Amino acid sequence: MKSGTYIKQVNRPLQFYAVLFLIVLYVPVLFLPLFSFNDSIYVKFPLKGFTFQWYIELLDREPVWAALMNSIKVGVTTSVIATGFGVFAAKAITRYSLPGRGPVVGFIMLPLVVPGIIFGVALLVLLSQLGIRLSLYTVTAGHIIVCLPFAIATMIPRFEGFDKSVEEASADLGENAWWTFWRITFPMVFPGILASLLLTFTVSFDEFIMAFFLSGSDATLPMYIWGQLRFPQAFPSILAMASIILAISFILVFLGQWINRDAHSNTFESK
Amino acid sequence: MMLQKSETLRAYSLLSPTLIIMAIGILVPFGILIVMSFWTQVGFGFDMTPTVANYEMATERPIYGALLKRSLWMSGMATVTTVLLCYPMAYFVAFHVHRNKMLWIVLMTLPFWTSYLLRVFAWKVVLGYDGVINSALMNIGLIEKPLEFLLYSQAAVIITLAHAWAAFAILPMYVSLEKIDRSLLEAATDLGDGPVMRFLRITLPLSLPGVMSATLLIFIPTTGDYITPALLGGPDGVMIGNLIQKQFGAVNNWPMGATLAIILMLSIAMITLVFLFATNFVRKRIS
Repeated sequence: MKSGTYIKQVNRPLQFYAVLFLIVLYVPVLFLPLFSFNDSIYVKFPLKGFTFQWYIELLDREPVWAALMNSIKVGVTTSVIATGFGVFAAKAITRYSLPGRGPVVGFIMLPLVVPGIIFGVALLVLLSQLGIRLSLYTVTAGHIIVCLPFAIATMIPRFEGFDKSVEEASADLGENAWWTFWRITFPMVFPGILASLLLTFTVSFDEFIMAFFLSGSDATLPMYIWGQLRFPQAFPSILAMASIILAISFILVFLGQWINRDAHSNTFESK
Repeated sequence: MMLQKSETLRAYSLLSPTLIIMAIGILVPFGILIVMSFWTQVGFGFDMTPTVANYEMATERPIYGALLKRSLWMSGMATVTTVLLCYPMAYFVAFHVHRNKMLWIVLMTLPFWTSYLLRVFAWKVVLGYDGVINSALMNIGLIEKPLEFLLYSQAAVIITLAHAWAAFAILPMYVSLEKIDRSLLEAATDLGDGPVMRFLRITLPLSLPGVMSATLLIFIPTTGDYITPALLGGPDGVMIGNLIQKQFGAVNNWPMGATLAIILMLSIAMITLVFLFATNFVRKRIS
């Protein structure tokens, strides 16, 4: 195998670049947890000393807990609804001959690309014209629209990764469509569903722009943080909150991607 | 034929909940946004007599055009920066990572899933007047007083945008690089091409679709950003998104905000079309 060997050649400068890239990608974000343990109200070097003070302060604050509960409520509702609809959409897109598939998929994926502010104000205008008061429900509605493309994109590789003939065999053996779905399709795509639940929850939990335009008096966690940014003395507690949110998000997303990893490798490697 | 038809029907009935939500969430609001852009704000209500006064004002007052141009320029810069910095990374994972590819992809895209607001906030901490870079440099004695140009500048916004959207650039470029048939590279080598020629004649042209989607995937959403400029831009870094947001907030002129949003959408659509047309033209010329 003389051919192909040059591709396997190790490219040191490129390797160096890749490591540097990852460092630059992560380090700015990691300064938040670093300074959240720093015993000073100012975010600057040199570090003063180690403290849990800012985290302990958070525990005593009623609005923080309220915002956290709001975010969890919105996140769970959003992820369940977006994933539920996403399963059917992903099945329709991958399993059937679908006239107009390209435009339909493009349309569904629009929220990924169109600037968030435009979606935010457009929905705000719609709600105000319908006379609907802004609340956690309107935030949830906005989040479902933002999360649906993520849910569908997560599950499409799952459906593509397993053979349609298994479902057909089940149908031939006399199962109806309902039981075929629950006994064949559902277990096969289950990792995709789980991944989608985790990822859409995280997107909703962290989402800010829709929440900014569609929130009523109840703030989600990112909205609460936005409100606190004006107060310099609140800075350390924001760092603590941000670190907790980052940790939760990283774990959930990593879990989601890990559960669903073979779906990706299927699509990437078969091409 | 019958089978075909019932299949289509089934597919669309499965899709219908999603399509209905998207229609209510996208088409209807956009329709109302367009209609509202022809209204006039009167106190806390609207005068619904259609008028193009908002559009006239948007074209006559230089501030609107200037902000729009600046937004397009800044997200253009952020897009070029991101694509250039991410291409080698996508190339590395596609061609030089043989084990644990998935781990690399997860690592590169992980920060993207975390809060946008917090990532912008992180850059404020890094670039701030009393921030990480300034205090570190002062601590080791390289500078006497903080560098003021770091925060509240266009550069700060562009750096932050490039950092925040890296995953959107890497994924499409990685997919198109990964798809390249390796035997084409071997053929080029056998026919005497060196590494540079091989890259320019095979790899780069074949990965252009990925580069194009990366470009659009970053350029389109970043033009409307208002969080990054609000936190890091300062007066020089204000973008059209900030102006739109103000119309729905402090200024309280919703029809004007709707007008600006429509103008932004139209500008993006026009630039996208020109971009697609131009790249298509270039690709035809190459092949």
